[in-house]
Amino acid sequence: MSVDLFTRRTLLVAGGAIAATWGGGLHVPAQAQGLAPTPSMRGGSNNYIPNAPIVERIGGGGFWMTGTVRRAGDGAPLAGQRIQIWAHTTEGYESDPHSHGATLTDENGEFRLEMPQIVPAFGQPHGHLAYDSDGFETVFLRPVMPSSKDTSLRADFVLRPV
Amino acid sequence: MNPVRTTLVWAVLVVAIAVPIAAAAVSPLLAWRSPAYIAAGFAGIIAMALLLVQPLLIGGYLPGLPAPRGRRIHRVIGAVLVIAVAIHVAGLWITSPPDVIDALLFASPTPFSDWGVIAMWAVTGAAVLAAFRRRFRMRVRTWRHAHTSLAAIVVVCSVVHALLIEGTMETLSKVALCTLVVLAAIKVGVDLRVWAVRR
Repeated sequence: MSVDLFTRRTLLVAGGAIAATWGGGLHVPAQAQGLAPTPSMRGGSNNYIPNAPIVERIGGGGFWMTGTVRRAGDGAPLAGQRIQIWAHTTEGYESDPHSHGATLTDENGEFRLEMPQIVPAFGQPHGHLAYDSDGFETVFLRPVMPSSKDTSLRADFVLRPV
Repeated sequence: MNPVRTTLVWAVLVVAIAVPIAAAAVSPLLAWRSPAYIAAGFAGIIAMALLLVQPLLIGGYLPGLPAPRGRRIHRVIGAVLVIAVAIHVAGLWITSPPDVIDALLFASPTPFSDWGVIAMWAVTGAAVLAAFRRRFRMRVRTWRHAHTSLAAIVVVCSVVHALLIEGTMETLSKVALCTLVVLAAIKVGVDLRVWAVRR
């Protein structure tokens, strides 16, 4: 039995993989330079109530909404940015004021807000997030949970300066 | 028809309709929904159940309800179906108006809303055709083609709509009901030779 360590196929696959990694690596700085702003999602602003107060947590908690806020272009993390969050949870509807709350990003541009468990509503378990302050263009996100059993949800913002 | 078969057919129909409704009635999601939202959900489930009954009536498959009588009941059930769809949409509107506006404008982030809205317009069209059948003075065959085409759109779109939703319906009973709805529609379409070429 002959042992072909390098058949034509493995060579092609390995070569392709190396080329892809190398090429991808080469492009990383270029991508960061041109980091595109996050567009608002369809339905993202549904049941939005402006100026949700900054809170320690929304209701009784048990579920985590997390994410990052960065600047478009250079991708620099943005500290102290206010992110507003609301959802249909075990404690209320999207339209209930007590389902809304806001939090600020830390020095790494990360935010984390505890809230009640999100439950499926209008066919999907989903949350709503808004960046709606001065300095950057408004963005509304509506991420969907891969499973309604999840106890956290993540959404990342890339903001375009006004 | 022999009594065993009669009992069997009706028993299967009752089970096919009662099980999905009963399963939805014990859904944990109900705890976090308002009466309007719950009513909207059940109106949708009942509408789906009626979609199973409609072809069975028009085909005269239900024991004790041969075609002429079945057709009269088909008309009544058709009206109930339209009312169920209206309650479905109205209940969702009360629960979250912006989500319903998005759906009606085909601007919703959820694809299943588009299917639902198409089914809503198609069922409205089928009902209008039925209500004004005489006034429209269409040829019988033309009317049948139009009504059956709309009914087919209602069936396909409603089934896709329901299957894509994560809601109060339990998955297995939902799939089973949807399968029966499609099979019943196909059977009546074939049996009545709606699209048969005639000379």
